[in-house]
Amino acid sequence: MISAGIVTVSYIAATVLFILALGGLSNQETARRGNWYGIVGMAIALIATVLGVVTRHYELLLGALLIGGSIGIVLARRVQMTQMPELVAILHSLVGLAAVAVGFANFLDPAVHHSGIELTIHDIETYLGILIGAVTFSGSVIAFGKLSGRIGGKPLTLPGRHLFNLGLLLAAIWFGREFVMQSASGSGVEPLIIMTAIALIFGIHMVMAIGGADMPVVVSMLNSYSGWAASATGFMLENDLLIVTGALVGSSGAILSYIMCRAMNRKFLSVIAGGFGTGGGTAASGDTAQQGEIVPIEAQEAAALLLAAREVMIIPGYGMAVAQAQHTVFEITKALRAKKVNVRFGIHPVAGRMPGHMNVLLAEAKVPYDIVFEMDEINEDFPDVDVSVVIGANDIVNPSALEEPNSPIAGMPVLECWKGETTIVLKRSMATGYAGVQNPLFFKENTRMLFGDAKDTLDAVLKAL
Amino acid sequence: MKIGVPREIHAGERRAATTPEVAAQLMKLGFSVAVEKDAGAAASYSNEAYQAAGCEIIASARELWARSDIILKVRAPSADEAKLLDKNKTLISFFWPAQNPELLKQLTASGATVMAMDSVPRISRAQKMDALSSMANIGGYRAVVEAAQHFGRFFTGQITAAGKVPPAKVLVIGAGVAGLAAIGAAKSMGAIVRSFDTRPEVKEQVESMDAEFLMLDFADEDGSGEGGYAKTMSAEFIAAEMALFAEQARDVDIIITTALIPGKPAPRLITAEMVASMKDGSVVVDLAAEQGGNCELTEKDKVVVRNGVSIIGYTDLPSRLAAQASQLYGTNLRHLLSELCPEKNGVINVNMDDEVIRGVTVCTGGVTTWPPPAPKLSAAPLKAAAPAPVKVESKPSLFGPIAAAVIGGLALLGLGAVAPESFMAHFTVFVLACFVGYMVIWNVSPALHTPLMSVTNAISSIIVIGALLQISASDDVVKWIAAFTILLTSVNIAGGFAVTRRMLEMFRK
Repeated sequence: MISAGIVTVSYIAATVLFILALGGLSNQETARRGNWYGIVGMAIALIATVLGVVTRHYELLLGALLIGGSIGIVLARRVQMTQMPELVAILHSLVGLAAVAVGFANFLDPAVHHSGIELTIHDIETYLGILIGAVTFSGSVIAFGKLSGRIGGKPLTLPGRHLFNLGLLLAAIWFGREFVMQSASGSGVEPLIIMTAIALIFGIHMVMAIGGADMPVVVSMLNSYSGWAASATGFMLENDLLIVTGALVGSSGAILSYIMCRAMNRKFLSVIAGGFGTGGGTAASGDTAQQGEIVPIEAQEAAALLLAAREVMIIPGYGMAVAQAQHTVFEITKALRAKKVNVRFGIHPVAGRMPGHMNVLLAEAKVPYDIVFEMDEINEDFPDVDVSVVIGANDIVNPSALEEPNSPIAGMPVLECWKGETTIVLKRSMATGYAGVQNPLFFKENTRMLFGDAKDTLDAVLKAL
Repeated sequence: MKIGVPREIHAGERRAATTPEVAAQLMKLGFSVAVEKDAGAAASYSNEAYQAAGCEIIASARELWARSDIILKVRAPSADEAKLLDKNKTLISFFWPAQNPELLKQLTASGATVMAMDSVPRISRAQKMDALSSMANIGGYRAVVEAAQHFGRFFTGQITAAGKVPPAKVLVIGAGVAGLAAIGAAKSMGAIVRSFDTRPEVKEQVESMDAEFLMLDFADEDGSGEGGYAKTMSAEFIAAEMALFAEQARDVDIIITTALIPGKPAPRLITAEMVASMKDGSVVVDLAAEQGGNCELTEKDKVVVRNGVSIIGYTDLPSRLAAQASQLYGTNLRHLLSELCPEKNGVINVNMDDEVIRGVTVCTGGVTTWPPPAPKLSAAPLKAAAPAPVKVESKPSLFGPIAAAVIGGLALLGLGAVAPESFMAHFTVFVLACFVGYMVIWNVSPALHTPLMSVTNAISSIIVIGALLQISASDDVVKWIAAFTILLTSVNIAGGFAVTRRMLEMFRK
């Protein structure tokens, strides 16, 4: 047994290490060290708690740790980089479920005693912890289902769904009141269970209402929720380590969601409330009339264009992830760079299904990160680009975001590839993007369309090089 | 169907209508290809090369014409050649139907289908078949090479130990495809290049090639005609233009003229006086020599020297780069054939509903179908009828943030009034942690957002502490719930850190 003082000091050390871990991610060089800070911090916190607080049932503890740990390692080894969003979503759901479990256990534990205002505050904390945990859990499970294709990506829009959400919220508040009152007299399990059910339904409904391309926001929002759940649990247990870590994670997720929203020109608050796709997202999709001629080309011609270029910009989108084309993309990049063509990558913040998704895929294919650029870094360079290659992306390169004030995606920052000499767009068909908006880029005179599965066409281009 | 490529019989014509490379691609469309013996010899394509690509070599022209269903040629057929066509055959070549009404009449009578490569409509879809442009491009380049040949000095400026060499000054009149190609070639040889065109919209293109665009100050006159070609200008405009040329002629070393107006003789832009005012050893290359020439002194197909100025009037400039010209022309033909044969089964379908096919077909089945109806200009997207209503910019009201601050402040006060000391201590930590998180996360590189999510996911499993606090409870339910929670969170801790590590390992320079 170690003293409470040592445990507290260990917690402070863990807190500092967690902050350093997040700080380390500011660039690629320090990121690996940052991850180690996180691991060490977690180890210190675990060891201090086990040595300082746990008094028995060590065998159970150890067994659970080992089994869980091995499952986690196996998952991490097996997962393909294109499946990262799914993995992150399912891991979030575990945090949510853990928060619910800790909340219930704490409520049921006869050893915990409070009275008066402290009891009320404690009850509210318990209630909130379970509520957020349950929403995170069910929401993440649905997000996992959508990302892995087990549930259709189409948004489910029930009639009157805002009223439905409001009703759920009011019910949650009312049962919260019931719970606090019943808890004072020693009971209160039923309202807690009912509330959990309500929260689960709310989580399911919230994510079901969200479509595929909005997933980056959802994943980062659930990331944030899982943090707040940990924080609320920390309040309940009066444990500063949990509060701080939860707050760090919560604000991290919130900032990510904010960045994603800004990249799609959506309102942060309407996202947090789960009210997606109601503003202009899918409403005004009438403007899908054919706007001119498209110029289709073959892989050989695309290869010839690339060979003749000096500056090439590759713009990957979700289509590249779906087709698993990142390795071919890098082979092409290598072939072109060997011929002194300057190839760079331009990444839109919401390309893919989670923040930074494209970067991870390109990193997996061994694309050096110093030729991968963010939208803000390279958007001004397009006039000097000879050939831009758009791989399976649509809305993020749509000029109507800038040129059409009435477009549903008006105001969304986009990669301005049409300012370059030539743009080659790889696409499966002429279908519109997620937002249901026709893309005038395809009809521009300097755009060439290369139809087909991204992997097959890129293989053909590589062969032609 | 069988494609036949006869040898060009026009004197001085070195191009061939197909090359071994293009022939191989034609076969992919399902056609078989026969080439007359030595058809590509002048363009440096040997009979063996054609054979290697899978073409049949036929020695006699007559046999080739007889056995082929589709004839690909460069020049319009001679009267003798035209006799070899019948109603089952299709001829694709340059034809100039406006200049050759007799020939058109003769071929219409034969019932053959004739497609004129000079009549490809100027729409974006047809760009890949636009043989006029591809030939003009070569002509423009070659014009500079010819000029360099007759110009006794450097193009580029140099400072050497033996003294200074000034750069040549080149004036390119008409910035169409040929003009732009000439600008590019002259520029890359180091000359100072100026260009003039009656169409103000080409200014940008000229300047994009680093040449100087000479402007006339005629605000309301625009020389753009139908289909991207130039049109005839007013008398005042022409006077001002001539004054400009006269002034430039005294200054520049080389003048390349490419001014053409469709269906009209070439405009006279360079007079004998202007040539006389040029420095000795200067060169004029007249790309409009075929249509009478832009220069008064031009003689078709000849180089003449007047007052020490060489005036080049070659009309076969593309043919002087025969290998390249054949390749590009052949590719233009191949694109047209792939439009004619969408099924890739080697059978052509003259679909007169297709704008491009309609445009090139000058006669078919005994009917003259030239000139075609004016092309729809489909290059530009259709404009929305009404301009978008101007949105009234609403100023962000100050009320929202103030109200939020007031409500937040009141809530905090209320909390402070009732909450016990211990809660407030935790709350302080919470608020500070939120701010630390805010500061730290904004520094995270966007490329690392996915690792950020997986690492925050791992550390949010710190919730395991809650379960650890509970596992020693005497209550069995609590104990088992706690064990279950430890299981869940340890999946997360191990999985989260491990996958983050795996991802970060992949990021490398």
